[in-house]
Amino acid sequence: MADKITVGYTHLSGCTGCTVALADNYAGLLTLLDKYVDLKYMPTLADARHIQKVDVSFVEGSCCINDKLAVEELKETREKSAVVVALGGCACYGNITRFSRGGQQNQPAHEAYLPIGDVIKVDVYIPGCAPTPQMIRNVAVMAYLLLKGTKEQKDLATAFLKPLMMAAQKGTTACFCDLMTEVINQGLCMGCGSCAAACPVRAITHEYGKPQGVRDLCIKCGACYNQCPRSWFSFDVVSNYEAINEAIMAALQ
Amino acid sequence: MGAELGNYKSCVSARSTDKEILRHAQDGGIVTQLFGFALDEGIIDGAIVAATKEFAHKHPEKAMMDNSNMEFHEPWRPIPVVVTTKADMLAAAGTKYNISPNVSLIKEATRSFGLDKVGIVGTPCQMQAVRKGQLYPIGLRDVGSSIALAVGIFCMENFPYQSIIQLVEDHAAMKMESVRKMEIGKGKFWVYGKRGQVVQLPLKVTHKYEQPGCHVCLDYVANLADVSTGSVGSPDGWSTVFVRSKIGDSVWGKAMAAGCFETQPIEKVKPGLELVTKLANEKITKNKKTLEERATFGVGKALRNPYI
Repeated sequence: MADKITVGYTHLSGCTGCTVALADNYAGLLTLLDKYVDLKYMPTLADARHIQKVDVSFVEGSCCINDKLAVEELKETREKSAVVVALGGCACYGNITRFSRGGQQNQPAHEAYLPIGDVIKVDVYIPGCAPTPQMIRNVAVMAYLLLKGTKEQKDLATAFLKPLMMAAQKGTTACFCDLMTEVINQGLCMGCGSCAAACPVRAITHEYGKPQGVRDLCIKCGACYNQCPRSWFSFDVVSNYEAINEAIMAALQ
Repeated sequence: MGAELGNYKSCVSARSTDKEILRHAQDGGIVTQLFGFALDEGIIDGAIVAATKEFAHKHPEKAMMDNSNMEFHEPWRPIPVVVTTKADMLAAAGTKYNISPNVSLIKEATRSFGLDKVGIVGTPCQMQAVRKGQLYPIGLRDVGSSIALAVGIFCMENFPYQSIIQLVEDHAAMKMESVRKMEIGKGKFWVYGKRGQVVQLPLKVTHKYEQPGCHVCLDYVANLADVSTGSVGSPDGWSTVFVRSKIGDSVWGKAMAAGCFETQPIEKVKPGLELVTKLANEKITKNKKTLEERATFGVGKALRNPYI
């Protein structure tokens, strides 16, 4: 179909959890591939693995700067993609790979890992460890609407993707501490509980209604801060949650 | 319909037809009755509500435990719990006026609690969190479609637990454990004692104890809930109810058909929507001003604005 957007998937230092999350859309993934997405290359799920020119590329994992191939592939991805999406905590913020000290077999000298935003310009973040199938699905549908939709759909997709683009501009580090420095210290926390629910390692409890983190447990994935309604919140988008949810579900029928 | 009340399909003044619920409830027993009905009908498998610390201590398996000392008696301290029976719901009924991070259970409710269809009650900001979580499920895998009924409560502001202690024990000179009910209404903070004593504090006294995070909130009547409710606008013992979403409309319609509520047209009751609109505008105007002041807070330095 000519109307599809072309998509690629570059796999760097990630655990394939992001790939699995994408695949966990099950029938939704098949509909995406049938109607909206021409998957040009992807390790694991496609035959073609080498980077090609695409509209949107997803990058899983952080970039090992001691690995020449990884750096080259990342740069090539940037050069050949109109839009680069950092998929998952490692690509966005380094996540668990921040804790690498090297020494693992069979490449003991691979010790330095950077979020991809420290090597190339990134357009959109999908944080989370693992990112959720629904979040990947929503971004994929919105990316399609942005590139192929009507004027109205383009506006919606732009509004939807804007906070994720702003997250990409904001930086490449994340931690439970963001809740302290950017939410509580800024006088914005109202004790809803979102951060504790979002944390994949149960590092966050609420003491007297406010988040408390076990910082030694934190893997620096950025889920808590990005899930927080007081990190970023768009009334234009979220107030239309019902219509947007319905549109996404209808698109995947 | 002004933007200050959000989108809604219908609005009535209502109260539960269940006398037992009304005895435990803050006002018209809307939340308890609606969740009770939804449980009976299988619309939800359970609900996340604000129970007391005593309840969580007695039923740790129903609560999201934190690091507080559960042996330490703290009356009126809310703890979010997942309830699956009407009896537990009644035990959790009533407003606590301090922070209960109900959204913290939204994922766990679908995991170790095993719910496929979750009900949740919360303040307007918590409804915003729920909807953000459905559209942007960063860390909420498979949660969005499990949220079967989100009930919002009107909220002008919330208080930290320690603020409530100060208001009740210092200002109202009552012991926390002797309090039967707290209420904000008619421009006052009311504390009702178990022995029948009533103390009222002017809201001027309570303002400095408010949670700061509430001062940037631009939603008074839980615009993003399926159904939102609160005492304001309705006579004593009744609640104002906004039915907002398709889900809300469906559940409310079924509950009405089952005789769960008696209602009066909102146009017929005093003080009616006029007061709700007035208070909503007061809150939004005041907090928009706070947001503006935050933009020029320091010298060439702004405080962060979460809204984009």
